[in-house]
Amino acid sequence: MSEAGIPGGITTIVEGQETPSGPRRMVLNMGPQHPSTHGVLRLLLELDGETIMKCGLDLGYLHTGIEKEFEVKNYQQDVTLTDRVDYLAPLSNNLGYCLAVEKLLDLEIPPQAQWMRVMLTELTRLNSHLVWLGTHALDIGAMSVFLYCFREREDILRIFEMFSGQRMMTSYFRIGGLALEPPRGWAQRVKKFIDGFPSKVDEYEDLLTNNPIWLGRTRGIGRMALEDMLDLGVTGPMLRAAGLKIDARKDEPYSSYEKFDFEVPTRTESDVFARYQVRIEEMRQSTRIVRQAMEGMPAGPWKAADQHVVLPDREKMKTQMEALIYHFKIVTEGFRVPEGEVYQVIESPRGELGFYVVSDGTTRPYRVHMRTPSFGNLQATSEMVKGTLIADVIASIGSMDFVLGDTDR
Amino acid sequence: MLPDNLREFAVAAAVETFDAGAATGGKHDRGELTLEIAPASIVSVCGFLKHECKFIRLSTVTAVDRYPAAPRFEVVYHLHSIERKERLRLKCRLNGDQPEIESVTSVWRSANWYEREVFDLFGIAFRNHPDLRRIMMPDDWEGHPLRKDYPVTGPRV
Repeated sequence: MSEAGIPGGITTIVEGQETPSGPRRMVLNMGPQHPSTHGVLRLLLELDGETIMKCGLDLGYLHTGIEKEFEVKNYQQDVTLTDRVDYLAPLSNNLGYCLAVEKLLDLEIPPQAQWMRVMLTELTRLNSHLVWLGTHALDIGAMSVFLYCFREREDILRIFEMFSGQRMMTSYFRIGGLALEPPRGWAQRVKKFIDGFPSKVDEYEDLLTNNPIWLGRTRGIGRMALEDMLDLGVTGPMLRAAGLKIDARKDEPYSSYEKFDFEVPTRTESDVFARYQVRIEEMRQSTRIVRQAMEGMPAGPWKAADQHVVLPDREKMKTQMEALIYHFKIVTEGFRVPEGEVYQVIESPRGELGFYVVSDGTTRPYRVHMRTPSFGNLQATSEMVKGTLIADVIASIGSMDFVLGDTDR
Repeated sequence: MLPDNLREFAVAAAVETFDAGAATGGKHDRGELTLEIAPASIVSVCGFLKHECKFIRLSTVTAVDRYPAAPRFEVVYHLHSIERKERLRLKCRLNGDQPEIESVTSVWRSANWYEREVFDLFGIAFRNHPDLRRIMMPDDWEGHPLRKDYPVTGPRV
């Protein structure tokens, strides 16, 4: 490999030749197939004994050109691409994209659709945090937590399946509202889940919060100053674990979040344990939001009334010529979006998710850029692990909760 | 020149006071403020916005290819001020042949990877960037996929 291909200015070690930095130093490749990276990420660690002197990152293994593909599909088809970016929080991505295009269209979304979106996005947050907690604990050596978390995650995926027919790539939010009418009996299903969920969170806490091994592996590890994190583009639970009360759901409310009562948990220690505490508390808060949404779900339509954008009801298509024509137009050509550009930010489970959508007035986006939280957060890795022990790298990068699909797009 | 209707926005007015020639245009559309900045002034304007106007976060840097229009590229910066609860979009227009602009990594370290991404996918070079290499595509890749004249399908030539 050429020296130019190695990130972070790390020099490779040629056999029989001493590195400029001395004989004790060695370069270790962690990944791209390392279990703790949860995807394909390559970390290059320059070590002095067990201490990390330098860390370089090599990404792009999961780059699939999604931003390019956005430009060749029409607006509604692009919703399916957003699922595949952050595959642990597909509905958050759907929401961010739909809100951005709806802002361009100046489309009003009926209350039921907005509340349904809030409820399902919060379930997505639970889903994502559960996968994070399970795998993070597994990395550190607490295997049973993983099994418990996936047990509850299964219930959430079944709820998603009930709504959309899909467990993971749901594409349930569409421009103009929801893809399908909410299924019969959804409220009982969701109620059953959230009635039982808080005690499950207690269960995880019983296993971890006071566990001396867990504390030993997470307390004081992966520390980072708030100023550094802000400067390096970190967002979400990591900032909240450093004491900054920042949350797009409160600061720049979207999709009726201002109507819900919830707290934004913060800690000040800014270590792996604080991030764990923040996410655990977020799960409890999300449960509150889901409950409020479920109990107060407004009646009424679940998609917008604009016939140029939203597909007509099946019944109308059978009886009205006009509805049939609109259906044909939307399916074959798509709908035109007025010229302009918007940047829509939402709070995904991992942090700030921004969609920059540029329209040139046609039926396909001219350009879509995703500001994904994993990409921003990952940039702080080198800084965070510098000077720490190699065993703590696992805990540190686990606490960032990144998804490589979200990073590489 | 800054359009007259933008002077009522504190940030726009502040940028004009700081450097009268920096803002070459802008608009306020759908509740979002965009300022067009002369490429030569981007670093000084960003430094001013960060230190004097409390835009401590750089949310993202990206680009738009307007091919075949000229100037071809727009480099777009999204800034966020937590204290003011405001977002701001800056835009620099660059010509198509050998597009180049000063890096803002000296202002926000987070610009590092975003600028590398723009370099990789659009072929826009950032002067004084500490580590300007491809980030998504392999090092030996030819071409810049997000350019409009880069095909979506077909064999690699």
